[in-house]
Amino acid sequence: MPQHFVYMDYNATTPLRPEVKDIMVKALDIYANASSMHEAGRRARAEIEQARASVAAIIGAADSSSVYFTSGGSESNNTVFMTMYDIGRRTPSRRKIITTSIEHPCVMNSAAYLASEGFPVVYLPVDAYGRVDMEAYRKELTPDTLLVSVMAANNEIGTVEDIRTIAKMAKAVGAYVHTDATQAIGKISVSVEDWGVDYLTMSCHKIYGPKGIGALYVRPRSPIVPLIRGGHQENGVRAGTYNNLGIIGFGKAAELALKDLPEFSARLRSLRAMLKDGLVARIPHVKVNGHPTEVLPNTLNISFPGAEGESILLSLDLEGIQVSTGSACASGSLEPSHVLLATGVGPELAHGSIRFSLGKYTTEEEVLYVIEKLPPIIERLRRMSTVSATETAAVN
Amino acid sequence: MDTFQWLYTDTVKDHFMNPRNVFNPDEAFVADAEGVVGNIRCGDQMMFLLKIKDDVIADVRWKTYGCASAIASTSMLSESIKGMKLRQAYGIKPADIAAKLGGLPDNKIHCSVLGDKALRAAIDQYLEKNGRAGEFKGEDAVVICKCLNITDKDIETAVKAGARDWHQLQEATKIGTVCGECKTKAEELLHEFAHIYS
Repeated sequence: MPQHFVYMDYNATTPLRPEVKDIMVKALDIYANASSMHEAGRRARAEIEQARASVAAIIGAADSSSVYFTSGGSESNNTVFMTMYDIGRRTPSRRKIITTSIEHPCVMNSAAYLASEGFPVVYLPVDAYGRVDMEAYRKELTPDTLLVSVMAANNEIGTVEDIRTIAKMAKAVGAYVHTDATQAIGKISVSVEDWGVDYLTMSCHKIYGPKGIGALYVRPRSPIVPLIRGGHQENGVRAGTYNNLGIIGFGKAAELALKDLPEFSARLRSLRAMLKDGLVARIPHVKVNGHPTEVLPNTLNISFPGAEGESILLSLDLEGIQVSTGSACASGSLEPSHVLLATGVGPELAHGSIRFSLGKYTTEEEVLYVIEKLPPIIERLRRMSTVSATETAAVN
Repeated sequence: MDTFQWLYTDTVKDHFMNPRNVFNPDEAFVADAEGVVGNIRCGDQMMFLLKIKDDVIADVRWKTYGCASAIASTSMLSESIKGMKLRQAYGIKPADIAAKLGGLPDNKIHCSVLGDKALRAAIDQYLEKNGRAGEFKGEDAVVICKCLNITDKDIETAVKAGARDWHQLQEATKIGTVCGECKTKAEELLHEFAHIYS
């Protein structure tokens, strides 16, 4: 094991925070079925409803009963798309799906499924910073649009979308609006009331809570069809015995994330700036991806032309630094990051991209350690590369 | 392999971190032959430089843009061909290099081991320069379609000429039009060569 262990992959997942862990350890003894009428059941149910209120608070929902617990972000997204499938297959005159070319694979593949069932699906282009091309959106927004699904913030480059405007435009043609806010909650201010969305996806393990639990916000009176049928839990929207442990952990994680948001966001923004400035100053010919200002406070995506992403990632790994890459070589596919390609970054730069996602436990020392270790790694890889960094930079 | 310890074997790690025979522009290495394959758009590119004396590889240098296994496999190959007869070097296969590295993940053998192709490209260039073009052609071929005696070299030639899918490959070579048993293997190769020559 290397001496250092610097985790900079918080967008992939986060560690469980101690306060959440403590409450979950206690919750291990809350064994009762929260659907039971007896006292033990009612006690468990009270804990769950308290958690639901905390989760509703982090997305600014007026009514906590519009929050439904699921197994995570993927289930929440699938529930929305399968609901649209159910509606759209009965009304062929309104079943167009508009999403973007930079969504998480979960939304991409759900949309692709609807396309395979004959639904018209549009993947909106984005600009060089990853923001939705609003002119293209305006043109696509026809009266047959059933759903508009745009992520609140991108997992790879951190770009934050203007969901409020996107939702307003969709509502004007009578479409439903969904946003995958998996990367947004706990990092930026989120409000379903202000944004005006019908559906919002959340995942708990990105906000220092446990894995295997998430939630879907559904605006009162917006349609929802269960993905998992069974008992009457969650008002019949999501069957299955209540996951006491996960839900209670999620409640605590959401409560703390909301409380910490102003301080967290300011601190991470400054750490991100420090990392960005340090790397840009010490490594020639780099390209910072994503939006310069409308970006998550913790996410920094940089392309290093002339060096390949998997080689960079593994070199950093040997120094104890954990990051991720948009290179195809690391994913086992031949195509590099669809997000970077959609922003117009060429494959050369996409293959050489690294995502640093910082978090609650990132320190200045860790940022300085990365700034010290990365430049010689890039220099070494560029020296043995057939590709000149300056030429590649010029190509893009 | 214990995947917890590292993604690759210790030998791969060693060659990735301490690559042998990397080209250094300052040493004025004068090559008798050069071969380049791969495409940076696909994430891998490789260059081999050879010094050749009496049909023996006297010295070698290389450069690679690619992942850790691309770097390590090229380094390993460069070590193993020093002093080797051209004819023998021409027949080296990705599996031979992977074996010397103590194994590579399956998905890496096809996409990252390009060294043997860059080496053959360099040897081909050398033969051509010396009026011996095509002298080793066919010697390294492996029969893929047993019914019609179609080799990996035939598939490579078809891809170089533009075939990019099964249908186009069949039009070019008639491969798999009898029993069809070779389709999976042939498509793997098609994919691999398309990656290299795109």
